[in-house]
Amino acid sequence: MNWLLVVAGAVVGAPLRYLTDRFVQARHDSVFPWGTFVVNAGACLVLGVLTGAVLAGAGSSRLALLLGTGLCGALSTYSTFSYETLRLAERGWKFLAAANAAASVLVGLGAVTLGSQVAGQLFA
Amino acid sequence: MTRPVPGAEAIDPDVDLHVPAQRTEPQGRVLAAVAAGGAVGASARYGVALLWPAGPAGFPWATFWTNVAGCALIGVLMALISEEGRRSPHPLLRPFAGTGVLGGFTTFSAYAVDFSRLLDAGRAGLALAYAGLTLVAALGAVWAAASLTRLALRGRGAG
Repeated sequence: MNWLLVVAGAVVGAPLRYLTDRFVQARHDSVFPWGTFVVNAGACLVLGVLTGAVLAGAGSSRLALLLGTGLCGALSTYSTFSYETLRLAERGWKFLAAANAAASVLVGLGAVTLGSQVAGQLFA
Repeated sequence: MTRPVPGAEAIDPDVDLHVPAQRTEPQGRVLAAVAAGGAVGASARYGVALLWPAGPAGFPWATFWTNVAGCALIGVLMALISEEGRRSPHPLLRPFAGTGVLGGFTTFSAYAVDFSRLLDAGRAGLALAYAGLTLVAALGAVWAAASLTRLALRGRGAG
């Protein structure tokens, strides 16, 4: 049952990442991987809200498996992020590679903190 | 920032919209391959997390190794896909294995929440070590795996 919740979240999260990436990548001309950046930041914000809600007693562990482990886990990606950073560095855009790594981590950590703080107060 | 040279290899492993063929609307079978791969990858990640649970103030080894392993595997996969050249890979290989399985297996959101959880537990030093170590190990893994795979392919081509 728990495993099915994770799968149900993932079959939505993974295609949603693919479609969001396409949507974002079609709308800019730079080599910066904005698609993955946006998807990871968004997933971190949602997971932050969910974590804050669960800690405040407003979300069940089943909801955490469906939306957290399944949806947000599959929506966000570390593999594409690291491969895109590697390709930027290999093709000579070393500054953009470093900027992508630093900004992705800082924005991701910030989004989780923001989401959980807001949800923690809203659902308290 | 400039538009990449036409025909240059994509940076984005999921989509290169500068390639006209990839600008067409995604087909249902591509989305189905991504969804199926995502289910496989997320299930594997959930399995690793169950086998290796992290306490509220412990180092999240399950997420750490999941992300590092997934990064090494995408290095191998992308080197195989983009450099094998002669035989073009099956069109659903990258959506299924790269975007789906490895994208679903690795996670950025759990990484960020692990950091926040350690911070809340009063373990700022461990939180910072986890954040930095994951980043360095993930980038090192994708670089090493891609480099070794390219070397192996070149060696085979020369032999």
